[in-house]
This record gives sequence, structure tokens and C-alpha cells, in this order.
Amino acid sequence: MTAPEAPPAADNRLLAEVRVPARADRLAVVRGTVHAALRAAGCDALADDVVLAVDEACQNVVRHAYGGDTDGDLVVRLSRAPDRLFVELRDYAPPVDPDAVCGRDPADVRPGGLGTHFIETIMDDTRFLSPPRGVGNLLRMTKRLPAHLRLEGEGDTP
Amino acid sequence: MTVDIDDTGGVPVARIKGEVDLKTSPRVRKALLDVLKKRDTLIVDLSNVDYIDSSGVASLVEAYQTARKAGGQVSLAAVSQPALRVLQLARLDQVLPIRDSIESASAEIAE
Repeated sequence: MTAPEAPPAADNRLLAEVRVPARADRLAVVRGTVHAALRAAGCDALADDVVLAVDEACQNVVRHAYGGDTDGDLVVRLSRAPDRLFVELRDYAPPVDPDAVCGRDPADVRPGGLGTHFIETIMDDTRFLSPPRGVGNLLRMTKRLPAHLRLEGEGDTP
Repeated sequence: MTVDIDDTGGVPVARIKGEVDLKTSPRVRKALLDVLKKRDTLIVDLSNVDYIDSSGVASLVEAYQTARKAGGQVSLAAVSQPALRVLQLARLDQVLPIRDSIESASAEIAE
């Protein structure tokens, strides 16, 4: 949670966007879309890890924001700047308390909190943004790209 | 995702195949715990697991803990690369018994 504030994802190149009902049986659709988009963008090496982080964040939306399977929308938007990936999750559930979302020490062998640990381990920055019109939740995760995956000639994102 | 239980002799083996996620992990959990109601040892073959998330890992941990409380053992065998990566991220690769093959896990439990 210490990475610098990234620019608005709207300024970046869209890699994929998928809208599904917030249900456990639709998360495979999100995973498949994100994985394919990352491979198409030449980010194969990161794909498995980023897909896991996205899946865990989607699970949080299904389980905690919506409180279980629902037909409410879950929108996942994957984009990239020259030196980093952005994943935005948009839902229309009641606002969540960001402070209530916390990980745990995985050496403490208990279920629960492991998904958040995965997100924090894989992604460089995770933060809730103000959703448009104040409706629902908007989570943005950022992953810095290793040097060999950065696009040349466009400069680093400030 | 499928879970096949082979309990025809020796240490029972649960063979998980496919993607273990929020939708499918309850079936994994139930299948493993059902075996452990009758047996105190279990080998979980993860060679054909293409994907596993935190809920799937939690199911494996619960089975492991259930067996340990009963004085038994759950071992993970032939763990696929995607599954091993997730166990490493969870730092559980140093906690859960992970063996190269069903044969080596079985031999260890039989000792």
C-alpha cells in the first residue's frame, strides 16, 4: 500500500473489460478473460499471479460486498501503462469499509484472510477509489512491470 | 473440476482434476473430509490441478488439520506447478507435507 498514486486508468491502454453477474460460477469467465488479455499483451510471465489476485478480489466482491451470489454487476477492467498494469473492479453493492479488508500472517494456518494476503503479495498497490456518482465500490490494483516487459519509447509513468 | 477417491487398498488417494475455485472448492472440502471421517490418512494428488485459489488452499489446510487432530496425516503429492506456486505464495509449502509422487507419500505414511 506504499506505491505512489498511479494516474487515472482512463489514460491508459485498455487490454480487456468484462462484465459478469457477481456469482462464484462466473469467476472462471473473468479469469479466462484476464489471462488471455495478459498473454496477448506479452505478459505471460505475470499472468498466473495477476489472475489469482484478480480472482481473489472478485471473490471479495461476491462474498463481502454483495454478501453472496447475486445478479449484481461486477466489472473488471484491465489496462496498462508502459511500466505497469492496472486492474479496476467496479461493483454496485453497498459501500465497503476499506479498513475492514485486511490480510493475515499466512504462517498462522487458518482459512480466512489468505485471499487478501495473495492480493497484497502479488500486486504493488491496492486502493479503493471514489466510485462514479458515489454508487458501489471501485477498487484499483496496480502491478509494476519488470524491466523486460516495459514498453520502450513511451517513458515511465511519473 | 472432479475429485476421485481411490480407497481400494493402502492409503486412500484423492485425485483432484481441474480448477479449484470459489465455486468448486466446497466439493473438494467435502470429499476430503468425508474420507477423513473413516480414515486417518490421505494422499491428495494435485498433479492435474490447473488452478487453485485461497478457498481451495483453505480446504487442503482444513483436511490437514483434521487429520493431525486425529493423529493422522494428509500429504500432498505430485503437486502441479500452478498449485505449487499458490502454496508458495501462501507460504504453506513449508508447512504442508509435499511429496514428489503418490508412491513416496504412501511409503512415508506406511513407515
